[in-house]
Amino acid sequence: MEAARDLSKSKIDQPIGAVLVIGGGIGGMQASLDLADSGFYVYMVDNSPTIGGVMAQLDKTFPTNDCSMCIMSPKLVECGRHLNIRVITNADVEGIEGEPGRFSVTLTRRPRYIHLDRCTGCGECAKHCPVTAIDAYNEKLSRRAAIYIKYAQAIPKVYLIDREQCIGCGLCERVCLAKAVNYEESRIVEKIDVGSVILSPGYEVFDAHLRPEFGYGVYPNVVTSIEFERLLSATGPHRGHLLRPSDGTVPERIAFIQCVGSRDSNCGNDYCSSICCMYATKEAIIAREHVHFVKPTIFYMDVRAYGKGFDAYYERAKSEYGVRFIKCMVSRIREQYKTKNLLLTYLNEGGNLVEEEFELVVLSVGMVPSKTTMEMAKQLGVELDGYGYCKTRPFEPTSTSKPGIYVCGAFEAPKDIPETVTQASGAVADATGALSNARGTLATKKEYPIEVDVASEDPRIGVFVCHCGINIGGFVNVPAVKEYARTLKNVAYVDENLYTCSTDTQEKIKNAVNEHHLNRVIVASCSPRTHEPMFRETIRDAGLNKYLFEMANIRDQCSWVHMSQKKEATEKAKNLVRMAVANARLIQPLGEIALSVTQKGLVIGGGVAGMTAALKLAEQGYEVFLIEKEAQLGGNLRNLHYTLEGEDIQAFLKNLINRVTGHPSIQVITNALVVDFSGSKGNFSTGVMVAPTMYYRKIEHGVAILATGADEWKPNEYLYGEDPRILTQIELENRIANQPDEMARANQIVIIQCVGSRNEERPYCSRTCCATAIKNGLKMKELNPGANITILYRDMRTYGLMESYYAKARDEGILFIRYEPEKKPLVSKNGQELTVSFLDRILNEEMEIKPDLLILSSATISRENEELATMLKVPRTAEGFFLEAHMKLRPVDFATDGLYLAGSGHGPKLISESISQASATVSRACTILSKEKILVGGVAAMVEGERCAACLTCVRVCPYNVPVINAKGEAEIDLAKCKGCGSCAAECPARAIELMHFRDGQLWAKSQALIYSIEQSA
Amino acid sequence: MTFEPKILSFLCNWCAYAGADLAGISRFQYPPNSRVIRVMCSGRVDPSFVPRAFLAGYDGVMILGCHPGDCHYLTGNYQAEKKIILTRKLLEMAGIGSDRLLLDWVSAGEGERFSQVIRQFVEKIRGLGPFPLDQEMKGKLHAVKASLEGEKIRWMVGKGPELMEKENVYHEQLPKERLDAAIETTIRDELIKNRIIALVESKPLPAAEISQTLNLKLNETLSFLVSLIGEGKIGFDPSEEGKIPKYIRNV
Repeated sequence: MEAARDLSKSKIDQPIGAVLVIGGGIGGMQASLDLADSGFYVYMVDNSPTIGGVMAQLDKTFPTNDCSMCIMSPKLVECGRHLNIRVITNADVEGIEGEPGRFSVTLTRRPRYIHLDRCTGCGECAKHCPVTAIDAYNEKLSRRAAIYIKYAQAIPKVYLIDREQCIGCGLCERVCLAKAVNYEESRIVEKIDVGSVILSPGYEVFDAHLRPEFGYGVYPNVVTSIEFERLLSATGPHRGHLLRPSDGTVPERIAFIQCVGSRDSNCGNDYCSSICCMYATKEAIIAREHVHFVKPTIFYMDVRAYGKGFDAYYERAKSEYGVRFIKCMVSRIREQYKTKNLLLTYLNEGGNLVEEEFELVVLSVGMVPSKTTMEMAKQLGVELDGYGYCKTRPFEPTSTSKPGIYVCGAFEAPKDIPETVTQASGAVADATGALSNARGTLATKKEYPIEVDVASEDPRIGVFVCHCGINIGGFVNVPAVKEYARTLKNVAYVDENLYTCSTDTQEKIKNAVNEHHLNRVIVASCSPRTHEPMFRETIRDAGLNKYLFEMANIRDQCSWVHMSQKKEATEKAKNLVRMAVANARLIQPLGEIALSVTQKGLVIGGGVAGMTAALKLAEQGYEVFLIEKEAQLGGNLRNLHYTLEGEDIQAFLKNLINRVTGHPSIQVITNALVVDFSGSKGNFSTGVMVAPTMYYRKIEHGVAILATGADEWKPNEYLYGEDPRILTQIELENRIANQPDEMARANQIVIIQCVGSRNEERPYCSRTCCATAIKNGLKMKELNPGANITILYRDMRTYGLMESYYAKARDEGILFIRYEPEKKPLVSKNGQELTVSFLDRILNEEMEIKPDLLILSSATISRENEELATMLKVPRTAEGFFLEAHMKLRPVDFATDGLYLAGSGHGPKLISESISQASATVSRACTILSKEKILVGGVAAMVEGERCAACLTCVRVCPYNVPVINAKGEAEIDLAKCKGCGSCAAECPARAIELMHFRDGQLWAKSQALIYSIEQSA
Repeated sequence: MTFEPKILSFLCNWCAYAGADLAGISRFQYPPNSRVIRVMCSGRVDPSFVPRAFLAGYDGVMILGCHPGDCHYLTGNYQAEKKIILTRKLLEMAGIGSDRLLLDWVSAGEGERFSQVIRQFVEKIRGLGPFPLDQEMKGKLHAVKASLEGEKIRWMVGKGPELMEKENVYHEQLPKERLDAAIETTIRDELIKNRIIALVESKPLPAAEISQTLNLKLNETLSFLVSLIGEGKIGFDPSEEGKIPKYIRNV
């Protein structure tokens, strides 16, 4: 990664093909990877010493309970080693000049006192450092040295000195064998030139001290949710043992208090933080999984489980994990002096004051924008809202007030990980739309020498054994391992290095390959997970195929774990080297085939998501086909008129349709139905039938975006359809828009929530109905201020910044009355008289209202999409919505490469969310479309046709539906689709399938080498 | 039979040892309880010799060097003083007490003073009785020894004067208070950690018992346990599954 990009390559009138991403959390990483993978150079700036953000601190993620670090670290590593991403940590953005397309941004890099390119991250310095400091990564629950790395997997994997704590004794410099310590480092001011900027600075947690009634900071056993997350984590202070702070015992009764610093006008945060209901549920579940006798209780105002799969998760927490949910506000906490247990006082729903004892209390603290972020926004001239979040508009959810600067993640509004990731990709589409003709101008493409043909040669193996400072050499006799390697068959060269990963060693390896005609290289050092890509680069530079490389992990899995058994560790290291040699003799160079990419996109569905995707993809410079099965574009938007914020939907729709139909690169095909589909990423072929003449048309394209939308359910309850005064929300909205005077005459209005949602048939939340009910309720109040409006609800789920409209609705006199699913409201009709009866739980009395209008907030249901799903081989959820590749980190990708999804076909969502998602699919699609050729093959499964019995085992076992039986009656595996897992090879009854690079013979040779050694030592 | 204390003495070659010789030449009598080790300079006395001596069965340790300003090696006796102050601090913190450790100055001309110093110290130790070298005390001594042998304290103490009088790596002079505070924290931390390690070495113990034995607040004990787990020196007893975890020594 070079420091300055050569700007002379870009012409004066052309925008700059580089983008600045501010913030290295999950949003910033996603944005950077999308940018870099689609031909832009990225400056990724983080004010922390490492990238990773808050997600790096999390133990698990909801609703799948995935390990946070496990799913995130591949992205960390990818950002760290990407040729076109320059990670600049410990840096602040000071100012910006210029205009969209050509910005000049000033950065200050704070000193780290460690050479970035010399430090190997071995950690010797921290072991010696005599000064102790508080560890912020573990939320101050543990301690670290004054020289430290934030967490084990941090990128860059480089230590830094906490200047506040360091006394300057100089010990670290003495123990650092890599000579990486540099006390003379000072602040560096740097200017960088970029075409646009993406803000992804993230959030901070609310300071729980500001709610003194909960005793945070006073009672040791009151912790925040982020502290609790660390307590649960295997890398946390107690190594995953759930122990409470006061006495280190396992707490049995744990209380979670929701909305600490959220939905609270007293502390100025009257928004909902969106994530706390789910993370508290998750933490309760995980706590229970850690310790079977834990009894978690969650004290909440409304359970906001509005996302995909959230309600099912919430129900499981109750039924399977025994998590108790109590709707109430906890008024205060007292501590029992002796036991340090906590007494919670609260008003239960029956109106009685209750006091209950707990061993640990977790405060579910909300999100707040950090002060430094707000300061930075000021420097950049970006407008903020009253809370300090970045101002955006519903139809442009990633655009800030300043052209050329875009935003994503929790700085835009509180949001969870998948929404942050989605918005990050979305921001990339917006940030690069205007830069599309600068694509590829600044991104580096690496050139390699022509590969030497080694297929006919006998193996000549070079073994490089690493000391890793003293990390290996201190416990394993490295010279002995080296000499041992020399004795092994086919080993032609051996060497040992202080640090095999250092730049000069790469040169040594290259020279050795050339001088000694090596055709296989083994490095015995650390983990291939972190270092294999780098060494592969080295041997490619030396003219070898990158697969002719093997690693022996003699550090992470040997020297570091057998520190007191040096003899045994050395023996083990020898064994590991022998295994590597055994494998290396058999590894073969693997070719990767370059396939050309059809640089065109297909979008299925012409609603807001589909049109947005089509338009933005066209703005990226690609030809787009937009298929709509109806006669006209618009989808559900045709029945919607205004947003909660008051934006005019019809005006927006008209404009959008005009831009789509008027764009020269977009072909709109209405009345069209997909009838066949084939191909793989980069080269798909789709057949459509177009009405009314039903002519067949074949479309070739490199990517496809599914935006097929959803419908409002037609209720079969509450007398719907039996009285003209009973309407769904969409029907009401149309009436308000078209017959406002008639609507103004209604004086008594009842709205029932969760009609057809969150029940046995549809166990999910329809997400938009609470906001819609409030939107239309407020509109009715506007039309007739004297109208009595009652909303019967289960949980009001006005998440994020929509919460303020809920407050507004209450202020304007709209009545909110909760009902339980076991006791739903009853609607009856007697002559012309409609009656809604329900239980008022506060008064504990049956109430009756005779409404002029009864509005049903009806569920959002998936469209008929089974046929399409089968054709495209994409999965759906039990509810019929399309299922993404990964709930958290691949929210708009299908598992099949090159296919993406957006809009309510993925699950119910708001317009702004559909727009974000649609934009996101565009930047994901560009990672394929921006390439003229893609490489396929390498580690892929190969079928030996003659042995294949066409038994279909591979077809069934493949998670990606890749194998097909071809015309010859043999299984065939498309290299472009195969992901190289090897399941088919392991199951093939005829053993006709081999997974390249992990062939049976290789694995067996490795195993044998191990057995041989065990027998020998015994 | 009266108690005869065993005293270990370190005498510097140029002053104290010469003073002892002079006492002999002058026939100044003193009790025979002391065993002398000659060192070239009192500054050579590694502070860890002190707990080692107690562990070996000595009842008292004396270190005698040149008077301030007289050191043959210019500042060796100051170095010795610095280290002994630290050792005292550790002994106090560990609850061993530092009465049985003596640092004093005897010049080559002070034969009589030498005999007096010995006599007084022997009497003092006689009054204190034999060193109570029970299991608990051994644990404490081992912890002190490990702390004094550890690099962290040694580096800070060794480097301290330079950081204060000349400059640290950032070319600043470190204020004495800042250095003292840092050393104070580190020696305390090291000692407690080493004591915990010594405690759990013999058998798995819960946090509450460790805190009681160390006479340390429970929450503070916990933070040390957390650090030690982080350093991989101790771990959780895997056979214990109840509400109260026990800690064991990691091998």
